[in-house]
Amino acid sequence: MADSAARHLRTYGQIAWLWIRAAWQYPTSFVMLAVGNGLITGLDFVGLWIMFTHLQDLGGFTLREVALLYGSSSLALGLADTVIGSVERIGTYVRTGRLDQMMTKPVPLLVQVCADQFTLRRLGRLTQASVVFGWACTGVDWTPLRVLVAVSMLVSGAMIFFGLFVGFACLQFWTQDTDQLANAFTYGGATITQYPLRIFPREIMVGLTFVVPVAFANWYPCLYLLGRDDPFGTPDAFQLASPLAAVLTVAAALLVWRSGVRHYTSTGS
Amino acid sequence: MSQQTHQPLIEVHDLERTFDVRRRVEGRRRRVREQVRAVHDLTFAVQRGEMVGYIGPNGAGKSTTIKMLTGILVPTGGELRVAGLDPSRDRVELARRIGVVFGQRSTLWWDLPLIDSFELLQKMYRIPPSRYRENLDRFVEILDLGAQLDTPVRQLSLGQRMRGDITAALLHDPEVLYLDEPTIGLDVISKGRLREFLRSLNTERGTTLVLTTHDLQDIEALCERVIVIDHGTSVYDGTLAGLHAQGGSTRTLVVDLVDEAPPIDVPGADVRRVEGPRQWLSFPTDASAAPIVAAVASAYDVADLSIQEPDIEDVIRDLYSREA
Ligand SMILES: Nc1ncnc2c1ncn2[C@@H]1O[C@H](COP(=O)(O)OP(=O)(O)O)[C@@H](O)[C@H]1O
Ligand SMILES: [Mg+2]
Repeated sequence: MADSAARHLRTYGQIAWLWIRAAWQYPTSFVMLAVGNGLITGLDFVGLWIMFTHLQDLGGFTLREVALLYGSSSLALGLADTVIGSVERIGTYVRTGRLDQMMTKPVPLLVQVCADQFTLRRLGRLTQASVVFGWACTGVDWTPLRVLVAVSMLVSGAMIFFGLFVGFACLQFWTQDTDQLANAFTYGGATITQYPLRIFPREIMVGLTFVVPVAFANWYPCLYLLGRDDPFGTPDAFQLASPLAAVLTVAAALLVWRSGVRHYTSTGS
Repeated sequence: MSQQTHQPLIEVHDLERTFDVRRRVEGRRRRVREQVRAVHDLTFAVQRGEMVGYIGPNGAGKSTTIKMLTGILVPTGGELRVAGLDPSRDRVELARRIGVVFGQRSTLWWDLPLIDSFELLQKMYRIPPSRYRENLDRFVEILDLGAQLDTPVRQLSLGQRMRGDITAALLHDPEVLYLDEPTIGLDVISKGRLREFLRSLNTERGTTLVLTTHDLQDIEALCERVIVIDHGTSVYDGTLAGLHAQGGSTRTLVVDLVDEAPPIDVPGADVRRVEGPRQWLSFPTDASAAPIVAAVASAYDVADLSIQEPDIEDVIRDLYSREA
């Protein structure tokens, strides 16, 4: 089990590497893409920053605290987005018959789809998010446990976004026009988590905890890092529950994926 | 081990696959759901080393069968074993042992140079580097792809791309190669070369071949055995020669008389056409031509004689029309 997982990971790396190598045939366009991506996502944070020139705080959170939320969510999203590669385009793969081709290869379908057309265009977002997150970290009163929570937050966050991308992409096994709907949930959820959940109605918090569990990607662990009480009065245990939420999300996504593959009907020629 | 050699490589029993489709119907606002039976009651077995032609008209269920054999589609009924595995359940494991070429759809990576596609496949199949080199060199030489290795796939001609696809399907030494319409769109020379290559693959490596096509020349050139499928189920399974007999087809004796004459009257043959001194007589495929030739020669002044074998296209058309 662990053995085959390691092997798939290696295959993933090898395929991804080939795509990176291929992209380097056109280094300027590669660099432009990455820089462009960094600039566009950078504007998000500039927006926040400008907002703070008029505000003292946002729902009781200072700029640097909001930066912690923003940075961790953006970093996790960027990681997941890099790893999943082309999953969101699975509908196209179905339509063009590419998926049929992949199904005849001895590598699990999900590994192939994720590695296909692997690109580092998210490098821009990752760099920008790292800078913001790094700065925000200077405001945290670090303890060993908080370091652990911070690391697990990033890993869990990436896993949660990964699960959401994969899970929603599976809808395209049944109907192929749902890619935008899928993105609306994942990117929409991600955008909301860049702000303190406190400023939204309670229903949003409930939705992002139990339905599209992105609150575990940053909100709950960040409360722990900042030593804050939960403004909604959610139990403290939630602040340490990110790994559990991540494992559940990924497991659910893999189940949906399997079911999607078994119901896959290919396309008539 | 000895048992394994006797067990068929492919076993199909009462295989069925239906699709739910929504169809627009005149006068109704909502599309109606209906079931299409793409394949049903299909039973056959293929032994190791066979070359089987799987033929039938468009929409007969050929591709659907191949997709079930390769594990892409889960059957909705019946049983299916390939190399002892259940294709849809053990798909990833089976993939290592089979090669698949879909004529209309390339497996190669459109934007990458051809050689990169091959390298990707080496990684995916974990082909030992020495074996990979050996196979690559050999196929590139036979299929004459040397000059194209650094060309992005999207710039290859159809014939080059197809040869690339075949190489891609064979690098890992599969036990069976499925080809779904491999010669579609190829020119005559490419077709000929491809057939020759496939034949050598079968004789030299013992690779089992299952070939779907509606180009009957592919079959005549390659396959001893044909399975004819129509409306989702097999209507003939046997030798190519037997297909002629089964179709109730006839051979034709073309007689050139010295002078024009009324239609020739000999037992066992009917005149089909008369054109000046030339007459066409048809007789059953399984009957011997000798007595008919003798009868004609003794009763008429004959300038020339020739026998035409039945056209397999006619045979199959005949088979379909009798089914319907
Ligand atoms: N994915 C699919 N969804 C719905 N109908 C399909 C699908 N694939 C094939 N069919 C239908 O099943 C029948 C057999 O198709 P196919 O196996 O592609 O035939 P062939 O390859 O012999 O031309 C056709 O009527 C086709 O429309
Ligand atoms: Mg077909």
